Amino acid sequence: VTGSRATRGAAYLHRHPRLRLAGVLGAPLMWLGVVYVGSLAALLVSSLWVQDSFTSEVFRTWTLANFRDLVSEPLYRTVLLRTLVMAVLVTLVDLVLALPIAFFMAKVAKPRTARLLVVACLMPLWASYLVKAYAWRLLVIDNGVLDSTFGASPGFGIPAAVLTLSYLWLPYMILPIYSGLDRLPDSLLEASEDCGARPWRTFVSVVWPSILPSVIAGSIFTFSLTLGDYITIKIVGGASQMLGSLVYDQQSLDLPLAAAIATFSVVVMGVYLVLVRRTGALDQL
Amino acid sequence: MSWSRIAVGIGTLALVVAGCGTSSGSKSKSTPGEEGFKPPDVPMQKSLGKGEGAVNILAWPGYAEDGSNDKSVDWVTPFEKETGCQAKVKYFGTSDEAVSLMKTGDYDVVSASGDASLRLVAGGNVAPFNTELAANYADVAPFLKDRSWNSVGGQMYGIPHGWGANLLMYNTKVVKPAPTSWDAVFDDASKYKGKVTAYDSPIYIADAALYLMGKQPDLKIKDPYALDQKQLDAAVSVLKKQRESVGEYWSDYTKEVSAFKAGSTVVGTTWQVIANLAKDEAPVRTVFPEDGSTGWSDTWMVGADAKHPNCAYLWANYVVSPSVNAQVAEYFGEAPANLKACRETSDKSFCDGYHAKDAHYAAKIHYWTTPITQCLDGRTDVKCTDYAAWTKAWQEIKG
Repeated sequence: VTGSRATRGAAYLHRHPRLRLAGVLGAPLMWLGVVYVGSLAALLVSSLWVQDSFTSEVFRTWTLANFRDLVSEPLYRTVLLRTLVMAVLVTLVDLVLALPIAFFMAKVAKPRTARLLVVACLMPLWASYLVKAYAWRLLVIDNGVLDSTFGASPGFGIPAAVLTLSYLWLPYMILPIYSGLDRLPDSLLEASEDCGARPWRTFVSVVWPSILPSVIAGSIFTFSLTLGDYITIKIVGGASQMLGSLVYDQQSLDLPLAAAIATFSVVVMGVYLVLVRRTGALDQL
Repeated sequence: MSWSRIAVGIGTLALVVAGCGTSSGSKSKSTPGEEGFKPPDVPMQKSLGKGEGAVNILAWPGYAEDGSNDKSVDWVTPFEKETGCQAKVKYFGTSDEAVSLMKTGDYDVVSASGDASLRLVAGGNVAPFNTELAANYADVAPFLKDRSWNSVGGQMYGIPHGWGANLLMYNTKVVKPAPTSWDAVFDDASKYKGKVTAYDSPIYIADAALYLMGKQPDLKIKDPYALDQKQLDAAVSVLKKQRESVGEYWSDYTKEVSAFKAGSTVVGTTWQVIANLAKDEAPVRTVFPEDGSTGWSDTWMVGADAKHPNCAYLWANYVVSPSVNAQVAEYFGEAPANLKACRETSDKSFCDGYHAKDAHYAAKIHYWTTPITQCLDGRTDVKCTDYAAWTKAWQEIKG
């Protein structure tokens, strides 16, 4: 009996292709629409509300007061600027580290070694973010590993946070550049050499233009992940604040204001993505 | 999907979300604030039934130990055996965190300090406490009953747990001579630049205000929680100066423990329990500064939407019972609320050390309380700064 019912069900679905499509795509679209876009929308909406600082009750009165505060209070500008600068620094540090590693993996190493190196790059992603951040805490702390090995350490603060974040996001920069370089035919490099170009000239005129979209793709990760980080700064950042930690601290004090601050990074990322889209880097993801 | 479609989607969803919202607010006040406060009508439990088999406890670190942090301290397991209520414990680091977690309605019972208790009452998050359902209430020190931070209009909102002062902790190898006042973290903080710590919450502004009470009498601060704009500005500038020497702020107690153990922090405000946890691996000592201190007086409160109200009452009564109250007090380092606990402490002079029976001493500590626009010190000629202003100031101080 169940068998025939199943057959009938299948036949019904066969006759109604739209229903079939809805069945297949329904769940993931619900996820994307409600959970992902929905939470962003909730964020935007709640940033327009106000919270009673005494009872912590959120009032659904529409006001732009939170955004006015963001613009008028110098604190938020300072923190936003600091976070942006840190995101740029992290991206640059990652780029400088990732370029030679990715080049070695794609062009110098034997395929077997290259595969091993890819695994090695992915390896740190298997360990918890927190564990790695705390490991860096032990590295940069006074009389810690860096101090006792090199006699100097940045100590807790912005430099330590930049270093830690660069370490954390490095794989996200290496992998896109590696795949970009992998697709770059060796013959182009040889042709450049045959025409008498020195290595630097080859890099600037041949390699860099062709991997630029990959670099931008990697920078989307390093930039956006830094922009939203709030844990590393708490662990190795000393008393410094970033946009993310500001949101984290605010969420138990004034949720709507926290939401308003959070829209900052959404806007910055939105602008960044629009700019990046023009370069075609999004096709490299 | 094109960008415009995504935008339309977000817009539609925004409307939907606005429609269902997250708040319970049927009130339509345009500017929230205090217009005198009348607690919302929350029913009080009339009788105590059988335990529900589970209880969700929201507590200050050290208040609900089950042996996982320190094998020798465990009063949660005996409670579970005795009542059949399986306890799930969540620790919080600041009163703000407690208030926002309590709002979720997921917790049955909370240990609230004075800067959380009235906010919870006003927000309708906790229920009036039926003291007849907690036998140990009778033995609670009289000077802790019907106080402004645990009762409203003569109605108790919980059972007092214990009280104490925020202390000054220092590394005895580095900080010499031994500090005796808060000077060590304010005027003299630059001596230990980068190794000073402070409590990461707006309520810490009161510590600076208290310091100014002694240092700048012309500011006429009577109560560190009742600051007019000028007084707040003075406290903020003290804290901004301190900020230059602060290495890290702490609100997670384990963070301060590890910072003192590692030596990256050598002086700062603390709770006794933190010193107890750090002292095995670091040369730390605590002192009650001669200029007085801020402190806490905690109350166990039952959630308005408690899913396990009977277990919540059982826990509140249990934790204030003489032997358990004694254990918590000794572990955390505070005066127990239950006077009979003083006979149960392992160190018989414990209660004398913490002045547990000394109402006069208890009156000298400036207990955490939430600043509001009506000055708590009775002034009517000025408006005081409320907690929202403190919150803003605190963010600015950290910069």
